[in-house]
Amino acid sequence: MSKRKVSVFLHYAILIVLSLVTLLPVLWVVLSSFKPQSELFRVPLTFIPKAWTLENYLSSLAAGNFPVYFSNTVFVAVVSTFITVLINLMAGYALAKYIFTGRDLIFTIMIATLMIPLQVIMIPIFLQLKGLGMLNSLWGIIIPPAATPTGVFLARQYLVNLPDSLIEAARIDGAREHTIFFRLIVPMSKPIVATLAIFSFMWRWNDYLWPLIVITDNRRQTIQQALANFVGQLQINWSNLLAMTTIAIIPVIIVFLAFQRFFFSGIAAGSVKG
Amino acid sequence: MKSHSKGNFHQTAAPLLFLLPNILIFGTFIIIPAIQGLRMSFTEWGVFTPVRFIGLDNFKELIADEVFWKTFSNTLVYSFFTVSLIMVYSLALALLLYRNTLKGEKLFRSLFYIPSLLSMITVGIAWRFILGDEMGIINYLLRQSGGEGVRWLTDTTLSMVSIIGVSIWAQAGYYMVVLIAGLQAIPTELYEASRIDGASPPKTFFFITMPLLKSTLLVVMVLATIASFKAYELISVMTKGGPGYATKLIVQQVYQVAFLEDRMGYASAMSIALMLIIALFTLLQFKLNGKEQDHE
Repeated sequence: MSKRKVSVFLHYAILIVLSLVTLLPVLWVVLSSFKPQSELFRVPLTFIPKAWTLENYLSSLAAGNFPVYFSNTVFVAVVSTFITVLINLMAGYALAKYIFTGRDLIFTIMIATLMIPLQVIMIPIFLQLKGLGMLNSLWGIIIPPAATPTGVFLARQYLVNLPDSLIEAARIDGAREHTIFFRLIVPMSKPIVATLAIFSFMWRWNDYLWPLIVITDNRRQTIQQALANFVGQLQINWSNLLAMTTIAIIPVIIVFLAFQRFFFSGIAAGSVKG
Repeated sequence: MKSHSKGNFHQTAAPLLFLLPNILIFGTFIIIPAIQGLRMSFTEWGVFTPVRFIGLDNFKELIADEVFWKTFSNTLVYSFFTVSLIMVYSLALALLLYRNTLKGEKLFRSLFYIPSLLSMITVGIAWRFILGDEMGIINYLLRQSGGEGVRWLTDTTLSMVSIIGVSIWAQAGYYMVVLIAGLQAIPTELYEASRIDGASPPKTFFFITMPLLKSTLLVVMVLATIASFKAYELISVMTKGGPGYATKLIVQQVYQVAFLEDRMGYASAMSIALMLIIALFTLLQFKLNGKEQDHE
């Protein structure tokens, strides 16, 4: 083999080993969720289930509140995503295309809030939500995290580069400001809308800390909360837990596979982090 | 008609209306709570106890609180190893995958990104299943090959090692994407020039790649540091901070003291301490980077 071939071979070898380290844990969980309870811990362990079964899925769905948790999470993730995209695009537009006193100050303050993580202010936030009567309401998980500095930043960044001439032309034609936003800006912002929507869906779907602070009522919990409670029990029913974990993983994997390019461009554009 | 400058439009009412939802939410759920948190740190405050102003007593108690200092040092240890190893590993991945010359590079990037899609709760569950003392697959394989099982999650030292390892596994793919973007932004002419000059690959790496990647590396370092100071979910699922206090971080302790012991004033003082640590480290990292650049 030539020197170049050896180096390409090595390159692939390293990549394959590392991707096995990355993927095998996930595969192990997913495959194990299809094993009957009797096979899960039976020695010798098998990687691929000997007797494939859906019984863990059926019993998780039948037992307890799992369908409720699932639909709560879908509701929160979908509604949050809609609100997040709308209000952050609006804010980004205001900061990108208008001149007014205090604009830079508002932008700076919004970005600076990145430095105050939820973990640091969860106690006063809990009291604030309590005062507003939002505890134990799904709106308590939807509204507060909807405004995100990252969202504002990405939207502004994108909109700054849109040509002003179109907006001016619309104004000369007598269009009102909100009409310009909804009829002109929103349709032109498809890539950034997609990016924000995907990340927002993922953040909310995977979120644990907001629900932990806001929700105590068992029937209002989200999937992540339910999983955390399940794993906190003394006797863990691993078969069911693995099935529920797989159900919690599937939506984000689907979203990722469908919209991969938006993920990578979004991260590159603003080092996006919920 | 109002005046235009650089094509932007002078107006106050419309932009403020567009900003209103965000301003309301930021104000209500970040800025007011932040001020409130600071105020609470000087009080005795509980849901079931009357509020009482006690000056600096919480902070005095904090300085003498052994559990707090244990969680403090745990946080620093966790953060130091997680951040530095994430930087090394994600940079290695990025260097393997940024060139767009190998077949399948995109597929590998996606594969390495997959753990970053998962919630820390599901990551924690997966690894608890894998690292279990009796029934975990790793210990099973160790015993199969003649070794002994290892107490990955119940040994005081190993539990921290496991948490750090899993944190790296879960996040490296995300930072790999950031670093690939940084690497691809370096003009290829520079590499060509250094090749023509006969520079060896290590030389090219240290004198061209690293200096030009510095600002991206700083972003990665700052983001990973903040993320490590915020870590909560993974630990609550994998070890609950145990055994004993071995893997308990400041955030865990804040939650415990505030919501389980109902001492919100004291927990607020801890939060302020955490906030100061995050601010200090972020500032330090920016300073450090600025200084190095001055020398060039």
